[in-house]
Amino acid sequence: MIPAIQLEQVQKHFGGLAALKGVDLTIEQGEFFALLGPNGAGKSTLINLLAGLLKPTSGKLSVLGFDVQAQYADARRALGVVPQELVFDPFFNVREMLRFQAGYFGRGRENDAWVDEIIECLGLTDKAHTNMRRLSGGMKRRALIAQALAHKPPVIVLDEPTAGVDVELRQMLWEFIKRLNREGHTIILTTHYLEEAETLCSRVAMMKQGEIVALDSTQNLLNRLPGKNLQLKLADALPTSLMDLVKFADGLDYTLALNEVAQVEFVLTELRAANVAVVDMQLIEADLEDVFVNLVGRA
Amino acid sequence: MMANLRGPWTLFKKELLRFWRVSFQTVAAPVMTALLYLLVFSHVLEGRVQVHGVSYTTFLIPGLIMMSVLQNAFANSSSSLIQSKVMGNLVFVLLTPISYLQFFLAFLAASVIRGLVVGLGIYLVAILFVDLPITYPWLILAFAITGSALLGAFGIVAGIWADKFDQMAAFQNFIIMPLSFLSGVFYSIHSLPPFWQTVSHFNPFFYMIDGFRYGFFGTGDISPAISLSVVAGSFFVLSWLTLKMLKSGYKLRG
Ligand SMILES: Nc1ncnc2c1ncn2[C@@H]1O[C@H](COP(=O)(O)OP(=O)(O)OP(=O)(O)O)[C@@H](O)[C@H]1O
Ligand SMILES: [Mg+2]
Repeated sequence: MIPAIQLEQVQKHFGGLAALKGVDLTIEQGEFFALLGPNGAGKSTLINLLAGLLKPTSGKLSVLGFDVQAQYADARRALGVVPQELVFDPFFNVREMLRFQAGYFGRGRENDAWVDEIIECLGLTDKAHTNMRRLSGGMKRRALIAQALAHKPPVIVLDEPTAGVDVELRQMLWEFIKRLNREGHTIILTTHYLEEAETLCSRVAMMKQGEIVALDSTQNLLNRLPGKNLQLKLADALPTSLMDLVKFADGLDYTLALNEVAQVEFVLTELRAANVAVVDMQLIEADLEDVFVNLVGRA
Repeated sequence: MMANLRGPWTLFKKELLRFWRVSFQTVAAPVMTALLYLLVFSHVLEGRVQVHGVSYTTFLIPGLIMMSVLQNAFANSSSSLIQSKVMGNLVFVLLTPISYLQFFLAFLAASVIRGLVVGLGIYLVAILFVDLPITYPWLILAFAITGSALLGAFGIVAGIWADKFDQMAAFQNFIIMPLSFLSGVFYSIHSLPPFWQTVSHFNPFFYMIDGFRYGFFGTGDISPAISLSVVAGSFFVLSWLTLKMLKSGYKLRG
């Protein structure tokens, strides 16, 4: 199968600064992929090269097999990018912007149902006729995400989509993005919230100073370090007595932080007492943040 | 419509809506300014000066219309681009499959429309007060379109080159304003000393104004065929340079 994204020996220099130092990366279609790294690692540079907003100093990039320069029209049609900066056009309202954006990609009225669906799924229904200028920061971020999806691109790149966004939208956004992934869209995201990457993404690249320092499945990366995290998939909600231990929760999936392995006994006792069945359980050695700090160091 | 033309068509429509939404500033204000010029200059000079055998006020109107057409065509593309660049929302267009040629044509066409709308506005108000002959309507249209296209293209260059609003203001104040004021809007260049007549011939605005006025009065400082060739030639040269610049990604794709 043609990879969703392919980079071969991609270098990008800004004057004397090497922002990318010969990056090789292949992301398959249908993956949910995280690009992690401290500020200035080169994540956005990589994304902007894919989007054609920057030109590589050397190397080749392609989206669904289309060279981002030689076949830019096909490459860009295949790609939806949520930029990191919160940009907007103050002249128009949300729905107008989405229709324009779809129109730029050659989509017409037949696309309106999809635009309405995005508006609904991102919780923008009330704001569909509000001028972009008058949206709150988080609402602007939603609109920005919606714009990237307006032409229903097979490959979706989100550059820190959850920066400055409330819990409700995060959940809403990830539900929607997970659905798109199930329907076959390839998802690539950058985030500084490592739990997000850990629960959502099946594969992770960690970048540091323009290079990829780790590229592996999330699971393999997590197995690299010793640690004490208990991952639970429950049939019912977690009893309140265990809430203090929660490190991360997504629906009925919980990650509990344990001080020592012996605490597993206590957790199981509490669950039994509350009559909550355990669907799945795993003692995880460490979380992505530990791996990240280990590989990349504190930013 | 063919799907691959819908992109540039959408961009064109968006650019039209952008100025139409604020038509008080982008259409009504320039019409008002032109009428103020008309009021002041005609009051001061009417009766003292006759040009090409018509009264000064009548002479003045076509030049004022054309000057506004040109300034507004320039303002449309340049201000849209500089605003989108400063706001950062130009990426929404840069992320799309719209080609550099389509990008150019969409901004150009919107500039031409803005110029024509402002020009028509001034014309409609002016003829309420002054009798204005129309000798060659197609010449009037030809000059209005090529002239606003030339200035629209110039606005694209300026909008892409400028990084800040004050650089754009410098463009307006030090290039567009002097060229339009020294083009014979307010006088026939035959009333100038020979040296300044020669200088005027290097000003493309002179040909646009004179040719446009020729369409109304059937007479001018220079043959309209020459004027139209100069304006169309300048347009093609400038468009070629603009397209080269857009293709290279200068200031847009680093
Ligand atoms: N247009 C530019 N001109 C000059 N230098 C740039 C430009 N864009 C990025 N850089 C530099 O390139 C390096 C990589 O930046 P990039 O934005 O890709 O980092 P990032 O990984 O996205 O960081 P963050 O997590 O802060 O978003 C940084 O040192 C940055 O200063
Ligand atoms: Mg970034």
